[in-house]
Amino acid sequence: MAKKAKSLTKKRLHEMYHDMLRIRRFEEKADELFMAGLIKGAVHVSIGQEACSVGVCSALNREDAILTTHRGHGHSIAKGTRLNEMMAELLGKANGLCRAKGGSMHIADISVGHYGAHSIVGANMPMAAGMGLAYQIEGKGQVAVVFFGDGASNQGSFHESMNLCAIWKLPVIFFCENNGYAVSFGVGRSTAVEDISARAQGYNAPGVTVDGMDVVAVHEATREAVERARNGDGPSLIEAKTYRFFGHSRGDPHFGPYRTEEEVNEWRKRDPLLLTEKLLKMSKTDKEAHQKDVRDEMEAASEFAQNSPKATLESALEDVYA
Amino acid sequence: MREINYVDALNEALHEEMERDKKVICLGEDVELAYVFGVTKGLKDKFGGARVRDTPISELGFVGAGVGAAMAGYRPVIEIMFMDFIMLAMDPLVNQAAKLRYMLGGQLSIPLVVRTPGGGGVQYGPTHSQVLEAWFMQVPGLKVACPSDPADAKGLLKSAIRDDNPVFFCEHKMLYKTKGPVPEGEHIVPFGQAAVKREGSDITLIGIGYQVQNCLRAAELLASEGISAEVVDPRTVAPLDTATLAESVRKTNRCVIVEEGHLRSGVGAEIAASIQEEAFDYLDAPIGRVAALNAPIPFEVELEDYVLPNEGNVVEAVKKALGVIA
Repeated sequence: MAKKAKSLTKKRLHEMYHDMLRIRRFEEKADELFMAGLIKGAVHVSIGQEACSVGVCSALNREDAILTTHRGHGHSIAKGTRLNEMMAELLGKANGLCRAKGGSMHIADISVGHYGAHSIVGANMPMAAGMGLAYQIEGKGQVAVVFFGDGASNQGSFHESMNLCAIWKLPVIFFCENNGYAVSFGVGRSTAVEDISARAQGYNAPGVTVDGMDVVAVHEATREAVERARNGDGPSLIEAKTYRFFGHSRGDPHFGPYRTEEEVNEWRKRDPLLLTEKLLKMSKTDKEAHQKDVRDEMEAASEFAQNSPKATLESALEDVYA
Repeated sequence: MREINYVDALNEALHEEMERDKKVICLGEDVELAYVFGVTKGLKDKFGGARVRDTPISELGFVGAGVGAAMAGYRPVIEIMFMDFIMLAMDPLVNQAAKLRYMLGGQLSIPLVVRTPGGGGVQYGPTHSQVLEAWFMQVPGLKVACPSDPADAKGLLKSAIRDDNPVFFCEHKMLYKTKGPVPEGEHIVPFGQAAVKREGSDITLIGIGYQVQNCLRAAELLASEGISAEVVDPRTVAPLDTATLAESVRKTNRCVIVEEGHLRSGVGAEIAASIQEEAFDYLDAPIGRVAALNAPIPFEVELEDYVLPNEGNVVEAVKKALGVIA
C-alpha cells in the first residue's frame, strides 16, 4: 500500500489519482492510435510510471518549470499540458502544440511551464541548470524540475549540471526515474552504484531514493526538494525506483531476453493506480466515476486530433528563425 | 575617429549591451578576471557576480545552461575559451539551441550568443587553432558572424546580442590586438550585409574573418604591380549576403575566396556555388580558392605558416585567375 500522506487531503489524493488515470488512458489511447497507423514515428509510453509524473507535478506551481524526456507524455499531462493539442501533435496536425515539428518526443506547452520533452538523452539537464540560473537572478522563487532516466545518469551532462547547480545553489530538482533499463541495458550492468541517488554525494547535494510506484512518497520527496530550492539551498537529486510495464518503444515486446515476464508481472502487482486505490479505499463506484470522466476526455482528445487539419507544406519552413 | 583594438571593441559592446538590457548575462571559463584574452574584463566589477560568472571547465554544462537561461527569457553571452572546445558542447548548440524554436512550434526563441576565438598563427597546435564557421553555417536555426576588424567586432556583437536567435560568433586570436577606428556608443552592424573593405576593378577577393586582413595585405602588394583588387567581407556567413558578393564579381569578372578553415566543404565552396549561380556569365576565369591545407594545424612555426593561408597564397591565386601565371 502507498504511504500515508502527511500533507495531502483526501480530496487532493483523489485529484492525483485522477491525473494518474488520465495519463494511463492517454498512453493507452496513444498506443491504440499508433497501432492503427495514425501516429507515426516513435511513441514511448510511460505506463507504470504515472506516480512519478503526478507525485512531482503536484508539488509544483504553474510558474515552475519542468523539462522532460522522450518518455514524457505523463509529465506533460501532470503539468497541465493542453490535452487536445498534445494529441494533435502526436498525430502531426497543424494545430499540434509544436505545429507538427516535434511529435511525441518533443511535447512542450510553455503556457503551463512545460519547457519541453528533450529526446537527446541527458540534454535537458544543462538546460534545467540554465533555467535555474535565470530563476535565481529573477528572484521570484521559481524552480525547475528535470526528469531523466537511469540511463541519462551516466551522461556527462548529468554530472556537469549537478555540479553547476550545486556550486551556484540553483533551484533545480533532478528527478531520476530509474525504471531499470536503458532500452534493453539493465541498470545493474550500466551503472556503478546501486542507488543513483548516491551520486548526489559527489556534488554535496541531498540525494534520496523513493518508491516510484507510490505517488505520496514521490510527492513528499519533491515537496521537500522544492522547499529547499525555493529557500536558496540549491539542487536535490531524487531517484524514484519505478518500472515501465510496456517495452521501451512501440514495436518492442513488453518483455524479452533482457527481462522476464515474471519480473513484469511482479512489478504490475505494485501498479501505482492499484496502490492509490488501496490507500483511498476506493469503492467500485468511486473508480467508475473517475473512469468515465477520463474515458470521455481521451475520446474527445482523439476525436479532436483526428479531425484537425493536416500541417501545410509551407509550415515546414516556419519558425526556423525568430 | 578614435582607434581601439578588437578586444576592447568587443569589451565595449558587452559593457554597452549589459548596461542597456538587464537580461544580458555572461558565462564562461575565466570571464571574471579575463586573464586569457581579456574580452570580458571589468564586466563582473560593473555588473556583479549574478550576471557575470566563471564556470567550471564543463562546456556541455554551461553552453546547455546558456540555452536554458535563454529559454527562461535571458540573453546569455557564453565564452568558449578556444573555438576548438565547442566540440564538447555540440549537442546544446546544434541539437538544442538551433532547433528548439522550430521543434517546439515557435513557442519560444533562443537569444543565445556563443562567442569564441578561433584561428592559428600563435603556435597552439592542432586542438587550439581551428576555424570552424563552415561547420556551423550548415545548421538551420543558427547564425554565424565572423568580424574581421574592431568596428565590425563591436557592431556585429551588439547585433548578435539583440538577435532572438542563437549566434555562433567567430573571433580570431590574430585579430585581438589589431587596432582600428570604432564608433563610440551605438554602433550596429546588421547581419547579412557584406562590406566592401577596399574598392578595386580587376578581381574580387572575398575574405572570411581574419583572412580579410590577408586579402587587404595581398591587395596592397598587387597594387604595387598594377593589379586592382576589390576586397569584400561577408561579415556573417549565415545569413550570407550573396547579392553584394555577386555584384562585385559582375564588376571585376574574377574572384578568389580566402578562408582559414579547410578547403574541403569550406565556406568558399558555398560562396563559389552561389556566385556561379548569380553571376555565371560574368566570370572570365574559374573562381580561385585559398584555404588551410588538408592537415590539422601543426605547432611548429614554419609548419604552421605552411599549412595556413597567407597573403602570398592570395597573390598567387589572383595571378592564376588573371592568367599572369599558370
